Amino acid sequence: MNLSLLTLEIVVATLALFIFILGLVAPANQKRGIGYFTVLSLVVSLIIAIILHGESGTAFGTMYVVDPFSSYFKIAFLIAAVLVTMFSISYVNKLGYNQGEFFALTVLALLGMMIMSSAADFITFYLGLEMMTIPFIILTAFRYGDKASSEAGMKYMLLSAMSSAVLLYGLSILYGAAGSTLYSDVINVITGDNIDALTVIGLVFLLAGFGFKISMVPFHMWSPDIYQGAPTPVTAFLAIGSKAAALAAMIRMFMIALPETREVWMTLVIVLCAMTIVLGNFVAIPQTNIKRMLAYSSIAHAGYLLMGLVAFTNLGISAILYYVMIYVFANAGAFACVNEFGNMTGSDEIKDYTGMWKRSPLIASVMLLCLLSLGGIPPLAGFVGKFYLFTAIIDQGYIWLAFLGIGMSMVSVYYYLIVVKVMFLGKPVEETSVPVSLGAKTVMFVSAVASLFLGLYPAPLTDIATKVAQLFFPM
Amino acid sequence: MLELAWLIPIFPLIAYTLIIFLTKKSKSISVAVALAGIVASLVISIGVLVETIQKGITMAEPFEVAVKWLRLSAIDKYTGLNIDMGILIDPLSAVMMFVVTSIATLVIIYSVGYMHGDPGFSRYFAYMSLFAFSMLLLVIANNFFEMFFGWELVGLCSYLLIGFWFEKPSAAKAANKAFITNRWGDFGFMLGIILLYINFGTFNFGEISRIIGDGASGVGAAILTLISLLIFAGPMAKSAQFPLHVWLPDAMEGPTPVSSILHAATMVAAGVYLLARGFVLFNESTETLLFIAYIGGITAFIAASFALVQRDIKRILAYSTLSQLGYMVMVIGVGSITAGMFHLTTHAFFKCMLFLGAGSVIHAVHTQDIFEMGGLSKKMPITTWTFIIGALALAGIFPLSGFWSKDEILLATHQAGFTGLYWLATLVAGMTAFYMFRLIFIAFFGEKRTDHHAHESSPWMTVPLIILAFFAVFSGWGLVKMGYGSMVFFGHPHHGEINLGIALISTVFALGGIVLAWLIYYRKIVDTDLMKQRFRPIYNLLWNKLYIDEIYEWLFDKVMLGVAWLCNQCDRKVVDGIADGLGDTVRHTGGWMRFMQTGSLQNYALVIFGAIVIIVLLMATPVLGGVIR
Repeated sequence: MNLSLLTLEIVVATLALFIFILGLVAPANQKRGIGYFTVLSLVVSLIIAIILHGESGTAFGTMYVVDPFSSYFKIAFLIAAVLVTMFSISYVNKLGYNQGEFFALTVLALLGMMIMSSAADFITFYLGLEMMTIPFIILTAFRYGDKASSEAGMKYMLLSAMSSAVLLYGLSILYGAAGSTLYSDVINVITGDNIDALTVIGLVFLLAGFGFKISMVPFHMWSPDIYQGAPTPVTAFLAIGSKAAALAAMIRMFMIALPETREVWMTLVIVLCAMTIVLGNFVAIPQTNIKRMLAYSSIAHAGYLLMGLVAFTNLGISAILYYVMIYVFANAGAFACVNEFGNMTGSDEIKDYTGMWKRSPLIASVMLLCLLSLGGIPPLAGFVGKFYLFTAIIDQGYIWLAFLGIGMSMVSVYYYLIVVKVMFLGKPVEETSVPVSLGAKTVMFVSAVASLFLGLYPAPLTDIATKVAQLFFPM
Repeated sequence: MLELAWLIPIFPLIAYTLIIFLTKKSKSISVAVALAGIVASLVISIGVLVETIQKGITMAEPFEVAVKWLRLSAIDKYTGLNIDMGILIDPLSAVMMFVVTSIATLVIIYSVGYMHGDPGFSRYFAYMSLFAFSMLLLVIANNFFEMFFGWELVGLCSYLLIGFWFEKPSAAKAANKAFITNRWGDFGFMLGIILLYINFGTFNFGEISRIIGDGASGVGAAILTLISLLIFAGPMAKSAQFPLHVWLPDAMEGPTPVSSILHAATMVAAGVYLLARGFVLFNESTETLLFIAYIGGITAFIAASFALVQRDIKRILAYSTLSQLGYMVMVIGVGSITAGMFHLTTHAFFKCMLFLGAGSVIHAVHTQDIFEMGGLSKKMPITTWTFIIGALALAGIFPLSGFWSKDEILLATHQAGFTGLYWLATLVAGMTAFYMFRLIFIAFFGEKRTDHHAHESSPWMTVPLIILAFFAVFSGWGLVKMGYGSMVFFGHPHHGEINLGIALISTVFALGGIVLAWLIYYRKIVDTDLMKQRFRPIYNLLWNKLYIDEIYEWLFDKVMLGVAWLCNQCDRKVVDGIADGLGDTVRHTGGWMRFMQTGSLQNYALVIFGAIVIIVLLMATPVLGGVIR
């Protein structure tokens, strides 16, 4: 077996363990350095990932696959992790305890995501999933003195456990039907003409499990509560990384192992996708807490992303890949703003953002760019992404779904504009300016520039996305 | 010059970037940068226009350059996605670019005087430059996607500029309204061009018209109607056609030069330009053309009737714009893009001038209510006379520019056999003359009604007015002499000639309107208050603009927010309710299911498992040979 395929995973795993130790041995007044060290080593890992992105091969038999698809997602996770840790430094520092654990757990969750994107086997996939989820549970409850955080952690643990149970049940049923856990075997056994009730039930359970992770209606209910209660950097990582990882695993499993059963799961995915888009966008409107609003907006985005799977074409998958990347940047930027503001004022209420333009032009303008990108307004990247996705599904004849999607993205502009309006047009309650830490500044700058650049000149990224997506639809 | 055409939109963009990032602190440098940018564009677009005429570039053989922007290769049966960014120079875009750049230049010069002393001075000029860039991008685009890109940017800029004085809640509200109303139009536009791409395999204007011309598109008539109707939703919102016109009058909340550029050369003109640019597509569907023609006619009529009773000088002009846009859309609907674009061009000059004149008045008297003005003609001679020239041009009096283009419209409508629309349009011509001269007699003549100390505005503001007055007088006749009809046309070139009968009838109506206004508001032969009393229901209906805004507000507040509220309740409460209800029932009947007394966590779990059970039942039953099949 070629261990060099696993270079990135080994680096990240070592890093996580090293940070744990660092957290224990570093003197109390030097703890801040842990955060910087984490960011730095994650950047190094990102560079390694970019260097290695061309490699492909299988490890552990065919259980673990390294290919352009997994590399693309790993780079996305790493970017997310770098951005999130960068602005969490000031947060954790303010928290004042267990800095080592915080960063180590973040890196561990990252490792879980990487495994998920490479898994080509039911058990390996499940391993990655739990490896990602358990650190997230601890991180969600990281402010143990805070009731909201503890409650969110508790809820997340119990609901995750339930969803894992459902997912595992589905996997074992499919194993029962196929006689193997390897994707490469499953596709040969479960074919279009021998679908029985067992397979159907297994697929439904599987979708429910995935639906929970990507917060697809009706399995989305945990996310607003937990997004609101968790520390903001954790919320950000949960919204970006966890969702992207589940999506990556879902695409691989459904496209590689279960494409033959498409007629069974496709109907379900289409219906749930439509429901997700409608509910996410509508319920975002009356929200008064910005983290809750972003939670519902991220539910809606899960719906948009699913459209690419509905299309089930090269175009659809490449649209997902492109969208995931811009979603990472737009959300990281928005959450960095929320984090900085929350750090200073302790509030996440939208009404407290009144007059932000006067208090911190930087936060206000980055927030504006990121929200407009999420809303899909040109020239920002979100527009190209949505256009890409809508084209993909109309191409396959789902005009009504595109109609719904575009209509709902008009609705989404409304609630994003509420925040914009408050920030730019309201009179500030306090005149004090909001300080922004260096890390957060960097994140804001990077996300704003990326959101603009990928919108103005999408060709480089779409080229890559198209090439990666060809994996599933060879010429 | 032609190969430099791509610089036309770029210069204002550079100006915008420079102002925002470098020169914001210094007012005079910012103005200089904005002016330099737009004048550079103006010079090149004049060069391009001259060269287009000299080289004899026609609509059929345009000058086109493009770079690849997005390339996704097609695989088997799946369509790829190829998008270019390019420029397309033909008489249509060359004339339009000249109109946009010249008006933007004059408005920017005027704004130096108007915005003097405003705290957001530099920011204003930055937005103006961005606005000019977006509009020029839209005009020069060689494909639908690029046009949509510029289209959306124009929407964004209008949001920034209408809400420029965002301290005023009404301005902020108007900006939101404009943006959101326009989004509904964009919604149709976007869906339309995606469908277009999937059916034709290209966004490019030239290629689409070639495919349609060859008759080898293989696209069904129904699909073509659907596509063209969806695309028409864009112009409906952007050119403020009934029933999406509601944002335009409110957009008067922005600074007056903004209203001027918005109404004359950018934003609203974009919709008409799109209709002309994509006409080959609209022409394929009789149903769509008919729809366009009638929407235009209805808009022209109802907007003119709203204008009859308004008191606010800018609102009168706003409804007048609506009405004139209705004309343009209508005539494109009956099949003449020549008349539509001709009127767009002449209208741009005189409407821009009217707005700038109104701005000059507002600047002097600090009110927008015409009944608080009066007697301005002596204090502000230049403003008054240019305003009267503008009003005469708008009313279509010979030999001013409006006469020529309005006559073209009436003629085209008549020739196409739309007799009903023709008479409606003629009636609107009379109404136009009436409400414009009502405004003039009340605001500029008669005695002073309130104590105002009006004085003529500074040369920054009056010089652009005089230049525009020149265009308002001569552009109509000039364009006819230049042979506009053989430059911008679809199908066969159109040789503009005056039909004496039609010209006579429309002039009679216009003069009738002016005389009626003179009798009522200058000679005061009838008591207007008495008339108001007698026709109270009609007056109220018009004053309240048929209550369309109220209907939308109700739809928005009650229906959309209601649905949102309902979904929210479902998401948070209903499940609680069901579970509680269930719990209660259970407790009452036996009390053995105590655990159903819930905190929210259990509810979430209930939803998850409940959903799974329902889905499994729905999906697995057929496989098991059950009832659902």
